[in-house]
Amino acid sequence: MMEKIRELIDLHAGLPGGASEITDDTDLYRAGMKSFASVQLMLALEEAFDIEFPEEMLNRATFRSASAIGQAVGTLAPDSMAA
Amino acid sequence: MDATPSFLDQMIAAGHLVPTGVDGLYGRSGMFEDVIARFEAAVTDIGKDDGAEVLRFPPAVTRKQIETSGYMKSFPQLAGTVHSFCGGDHDHALLLEKIDTGEDWTQDQVATDVALTPAACYPLYPMMAAQGALPEAGRLFDVQSYCFRHEPSTDPCRMQLFRMREYVRAGTPDQVQDFRELWIERAKSLIGQLELPFDVVPANDPFFGRAGKMMKLSQRDQGLKLEMVIPVANAQPTACLSFNYHQDHFATTWGVELADGAPAHTGCVGFGLERLALALFKHHGLDVRGWPAGVRGLLWG
Repeated sequence: MMEKIRELIDLHAGLPGGASEITDDTDLYRAGMKSFASVQLMLALEEAFDIEFPEEMLNRATFRSASAIGQAVGTLAPDSMAA
Repeated sequence: MDATPSFLDQMIAAGHLVPTGVDGLYGRSGMFEDVIARFEAAVTDIGKDDGAEVLRFPPAVTRKQIETSGYMKSFPQLAGTVHSFCGGDHDHALLLEKIDTGEDWTQDQVATDVALTPAACYPLYPMMAAQGALPEAGRLFDVQSYCFRHEPSTDPCRMQLFRMREYVRAGTPDQVQDFRELWIERAKSLIGQLELPFDVVPANDPFFGRAGKMMKLSQRDQGLKLEMVIPVANAQPTACLSFNYHQDHFATTWGVELADGAPAHTGCVGFGLERLALALFKHHGLDVRGWPAGVRGLLWG
């Protein structure tokens, strides 16, 4: 799952240096992810994992880092943890 | 039956607003227009030593600008595009027949290159980008335009076509944030002198859909939008001014650069002119001759 998340971050987060420089705990906003990009990332995650983030999760904290995203996806799609 | 007419009904009965049959689309009386003109003159006076470049655009932008700006991503529900008849004689006959029989004739209209201006500052960003890197001091603009938002409502403060006066700053993050702070203080002083009750509160734009929910929270988290709210026609006070920090959103979208090639930051203060006029009529009465002396002095002195 984390591999897929990192791939989606690379594709959608619009980080100036790409995703190669980031660790699971890198703050994506500090690394240059804009609000629009975080929305694109959110939509891509929903499609990739066949999930829908509930309204209370649609905030900056949910998408702050790869590990935060992993935790959120894990909650919504427990089966994907093994993938 | 409720005997108290709504504020909209009062404004219509006083002749200040002329209904058209479409919610949010009104004519304005001479007195209403005079209030707006005098208010704008007061704003101009406050900013007179700032050296703003004054520009006025018609209430339209290019369709390309609407597409590139990302407006359709964020506010598709509010956008207005201009469509026209582009057919020949045969199509014309069909068009007239459909109108005559009450059929939908609009399906055959074709999109033009023109869209309605959603915010007064929209034409500035591509213009700035085309004019090259900003000078060290950045740039400052004074714009005003009728703006369109498709949100029909019987709330007189939510018109579909209304005027927005703006000062727009482009420069370094510090230059833009200083500009915003300055105008928040200036606005508090001006609205206070106009004897209107107000509050300055964190706000967000009406971003569309579920993605918009995230944009709204993000905008609030970062304190990018503040509004000056004044009670007018509703239980909830109405946003009459807004103080917006776009960070580098418009600059990266359009390619507005600082002298060193870094993306510029931009921000604006927007005055909702109809809303401010409505607030003045609501609080001081439907006849300006009865308004408090201090308010009259500031506007007409």
